[in-house]
Amino acid sequence: MRFVRDYLIPRVLQYLLVIFCGITAVFFIPRLAGQNPILEVIAQIQSQGASLDPTAVKSLMETLQELYGLKGSLFEQYLTTWRRILTLDFGPSFFQFPTPVSQLLRIYLPWTIGLFVTSTFLSWFLGNVVGVVAGYFSEKSWSKILDAIVMVIRPVPHYILGVVLLILFAYVWQFFPAGGLMLGRRTVFNLQFILTILRYSFLPALTLTILGGVAWFQQMKLLVQSVKREDFVQYACVGGIKEKTIVTRYVLRNAMLPQVTQLALALGQVFSGVLIVEMVFSYPGMGLLLYRAVTRGDYNLVMGITVLSIITIATAVLILDLLYPLLDPRIRHR
Amino acid sequence: MEALRELFRDYRFAVGFVFLVALAVLAFLSFFSPYDPIKRLQVPRDLPPSWEHILGTNSKGQDVFWEATFAIRNSLIVALIAGLVSRVVAVLVGFLSGYKGGFIDRILMGFADGFLVIPLFLILVLVAMLLREAMTIVNTGLLLAFFGWAWDARTIRSQILSLREREFTQTSILSGNGTMNLVVKEYLPFTTPLIFSTLISNIAWAIGMEIVLAILGLVRLEIPTLGTTIQWAITYQAMLLGYWWWISTPVILTILLLVALYWLSVSISEYLDPRMRIQRIGARSS
Repeated sequence: MRFVRDYLIPRVLQYLLVIFCGITAVFFIPRLAGQNPILEVIAQIQSQGASLDPTAVKSLMETLQELYGLKGSLFEQYLTTWRRILTLDFGPSFFQFPTPVSQLLRIYLPWTIGLFVTSTFLSWFLGNVVGVVAGYFSEKSWSKILDAIVMVIRPVPHYILGVVLLILFAYVWQFFPAGGLMLGRRTVFNLQFILTILRYSFLPALTLTILGGVAWFQQMKLLVQSVKREDFVQYACVGGIKEKTIVTRYVLRNAMLPQVTQLALALGQVFSGVLIVEMVFSYPGMGLLLYRAVTRGDYNLVMGITVLSIITIATAVLILDLLYPLLDPRIRHR
Repeated sequence: MEALRELFRDYRFAVGFVFLVALAVLAFLSFFSPYDPIKRLQVPRDLPPSWEHILGTNSKGQDVFWEATFAIRNSLIVALIAGLVSRVVAVLVGFLSGYKGGFIDRILMGFADGFLVIPLFLILVLVAMLLREAMTIVNTGLLLAFFGWAWDARTIRSQILSLREREFTQTSILSGNGTMNLVVKEYLPFTTPLIFSTLISNIAWAIGMEIVLAILGLVRLEIPTLGTTIQWAITYQAMLLGYWWWISTPVILTILLLVALYWLSVSISEYLDPRMRIQRIGARSS
């Protein structure tokens, strides 16, 4: 029971608080920016050549005000925003009128989640395992070569690495398609479909795994180098325990815990990376949807994507927090 | 000077420094450009590299090399504005939060944490979308500054927390120094190197972010930056048409710039952390 009171309840409260603050920020920041999305939409319609007479503009403005939840006082608007979020109603999308935003999100979200979960797990796992070995044997020459390679890849942003891989593997050597996977309304799960998905997801996943893995590798290597000098490891060495056992049972387990905490902190940025990479490869996820929404000025859709992303990340952090006691016996037995 | 000489002994610092100087020279060359950076159709289109146009020309009828000099200059200006302005915020928040502690600390850090957990990138996009017409170089820099201070404020705060516990703080207070005096004269010199290294990584972040905003079409696309150059190349299908000189120039320049900045920052922060320095020297002698 103490576990529930001291660990579980604070985490769940924190989860709700993050979502609350995030959505409040999404509500207030555009209003602070002092720009009126409605005038923007009208300007856009007019620039596309449609001539509007003043009465049409007025009625259009009223409809849009209702749509965007810009009616009434600031507090009323805030309440409306919450009501719509809780019912997952973000209004219709503009660039695929009259499809509701929530329906678009339902089609694209699973793809993003799939890429996000796979690449985060792969990069975390590979980066840490290689990091432990390289950190433990940091005097070996292969470890130093690996270090030098990592030093070049680490600062490259997601977009640029994506473009480089796209040019190399989709245009110069045409191993993989340059994006353009279409989503059907109904998908049949057979072998061919799975192979198609793998072919289209390979490069995006590779980009994310490389960039994520490199970051975990560096942190893990530093951690292991400091854990290696701790007394208990020296003692295990002197005690004649096999090196393999020391690395896996003593060093790895101790260095792993801070990495799980780090993962929870980094998830927001990892998610942003996923969205950016999806844009490069035209992978049919929220990133591509965001790109289309932004280039067509679809404010409703951008709002929907932002809100859903905040909820996704907060949930992912919560899941990690709840799994943490399984790894750290100190919390379990408190 | 002694510090500089020791830094240059680290090959990463030396290489990073040389790259950065070379890129700065390129950016400076833009002042002598024979072409206007914005006007189109000034030279024949789509020419591969030759003596006359050393990096070829693009489909907009501009010389790729001279466009690139403007692009580096503008990207560096955006990143410097973002870095310097967000440093002011990060230092203020970090110092206030670390020194005052208590209630103010909890409020400020709660705010900073909120900034970290939510997907900042999306909110940045949301704001940029509303400001689209106003996204000049200066405003892009300011917008990035607004979103780029949270992590570094946390880092600076933790250093101030440890400084506050040291003896000289008590000595200074007991000898009647005011808070301002203490903070500016005693703490600032200690934290300057840290602030500098966070500045470098923030500049790198801003350069990457500007590229993404440009790809989304959320900055003024006619102003050449590294981001808008890539965006135009992609819009005109440079990859598909095989105009490799057009797309690869900004990509390679960006990689060089970011690698140089990263190596400088790693080298400086290792130099600042004496434990790492001993390890490095030890590794070299063995």
